[in-house]
Amino acid sequence: MDWTATAVFVLLFALVTVVGFVAARWRRGDLNRLDEWGLAGRRFGTIVTWFLLGGDLYTAYTLIAVPALVFGAGAIGFFAVPYTLLIYPFVFLVFPRLWSVSHRHGYITGADFVAGRFGSRGLSLAVAVTGMIATLPYIALQLVGIEVVIAGLGFRARGLAGDLPLILAFAILAAYTYSSGLRAPALIAVVKDALIYLTVIAAIVVIPAHMGGYGAIFDAIPREKLLLTPPSGGNLGSYSAYITLALGSALALFLYPHAVTGLLSASSRRVIKRNMSLLPAYSVALAAIAVLGYMAFAAHVDTNPAYAPYFARYGPNFAVPALFLDQFPSWFVGVAFAAIAIGALVPAAIMSIAAASLFTRNIYRDFFHRSLGGAAEARAAKNTSLVLKIGALAFIVFLPTKYAIELQLLGGIWIIQTLPALVVGLFTRWFHGRALVAGWIVGMVAGTAMAAASHFQSSVYPLHLGDLTMPGYAALYSVVLNFAVAIVGTLLLDLLGVQRGRDETAPEDYLAERGEEGALAVAASTPVAEVL
Amino acid sequence: MSSPTPRATPWQRRLVYLSFALGCLVSLWVPLYDRVEPSIAGIPFFYWFQVLWIVVVACATAIAYRLGV
Repeated sequence: MDWTATAVFVLLFALVTVVGFVAARWRRGDLNRLDEWGLAGRRFGTIVTWFLLGGDLYTAYTLIAVPALVFGAGAIGFFAVPYTLLIYPFVFLVFPRLWSVSHRHGYITGADFVAGRFGSRGLSLAVAVTGMIATLPYIALQLVGIEVVIAGLGFRARGLAGDLPLILAFAILAAYTYSSGLRAPALIAVVKDALIYLTVIAAIVVIPAHMGGYGAIFDAIPREKLLLTPPSGGNLGSYSAYITLALGSALALFLYPHAVTGLLSASSRRVIKRNMSLLPAYSVALAAIAVLGYMAFAAHVDTNPAYAPYFARYGPNFAVPALFLDQFPSWFVGVAFAAIAIGALVPAAIMSIAAASLFTRNIYRDFFHRSLGGAAEARAAKNTSLVLKIGALAFIVFLPTKYAIELQLLGGIWIIQTLPALVVGLFTRWFHGRALVAGWIVGMVAGTAMAAASHFQSSVYPLHLGDLTMPGYAALYSVVLNFAVAIVGTLLLDLLGVQRGRDETAPEDYLAERGEEGALAVAASTPVAEVL
Repeated sequence: MSSPTPRATPWQRRLVYLSFALGCLVSLWVPLYDRVEPSIAGIPFFYWFQVLWIVVVACATAIAYRLGV
């Protein structure tokens, strides 16, 4: 057990616990309302939104898994860089529209919008269920991040006692998420990001100095790892995989409920647009973090007997913790590990809030309890967030980690199937609601089948077109099928004269600024019971 | 909070869309940057170019924001 590192780690963890509970009093609002608990009253300005979205999207699992992929597979792992570059122009052009229409109509989730736009509860249910099943394994994976660093501190107990620190960390997280809602991860994100940037800057300065500069690090990497495999003999090699992984991941990211929650909590469209030029700072940090994988490779941490038991248990996911243990003094190992663990708490909290809002609004209220509103709605969401976190914890404690990883991989393939309804729906209502449901079903089945073809080991599917083999991201391939079915379905249904649902939105709603809520949002936030 | 929002002209809009399209296209054009040379301080082109490109595209979105697109 490394006592210095552990002491620093525990101290920082205690600090964010206090911050999490104090957050309930920050920018005070009535936490018995779902939009106050789950969106913090839609009042976050540029700086808080920057921390919140940064903490939300660049998760602990990212910080562990991206360098692990670079460590194990080389250049292909760097797809995270074009991926996190593409999202910003895309979000800039598309998602202010979601903010506006949600602000105007009091929508809290993406499924709320889909229900209002297409007048179809079935489609909204499909979007809500997809969001939930894609998010749950993601919450579980955040726990893996915490688990790996706790092991790295030298905590060697096995069985239930071994899971005790993890259970404790999650119980604390559940408690302050319950009491403070989105305000807790927003405030903790500030601490988390300060620690992450500190760790990254220290790593890119200190470690190369120990190892003889960047030249020496890159020289230690074999050529076939350093660059992508070029196309040869009718196979596009890792080029098509790199491109489709970047593009597919970028299109999918802001469909995740936790990303939508982060966007909708912003105080205006302008805040979102401004952040799209400020958030790339995290992408630069992520590129540096990816290179940590090469530093770990060049430092031969995997053949160091001190770390052998950890690599046996966690595989390449231990590359970065091992690098820090190898290169940093004990006290700074504590700081870096705390950065990763706290980096897990922020997205886990936002994900559970987002998934709880989805369940409460679009499943429980729409299908079981039509008059749900006000304090009862907020209470239902809070309780759901607790249940979800206990579920994620049980998943990690009782099932092998590989299931969570495989499910998260499937999650990306599933969530992109909501693209036609959620993104194209922001611009046009050309698609027929039922055709979108049909496309969604086909996309879900096809994408899952493509992942099953590799026994859920990889989301890259070798597509054969004549003599050409194009290994590519199954999410992108399956969403193309989804679109094809939705287009053909729309033409057919319109030809048959099948009636469409009612659209409660108007074109100007998509451009509305703050202060232009309209009567609808006011009505939506008033408890139905009171109106009646 | 409610500072007057600048409105971009149609031509400014078109230029911004074009710069976004170019920015994304270059970042997906793998053969362009899948090489070691020219390297900077031992960092292969593949790595430093992609990081530089994040900054370039971020500048494009910053300009788009300033113009009020």
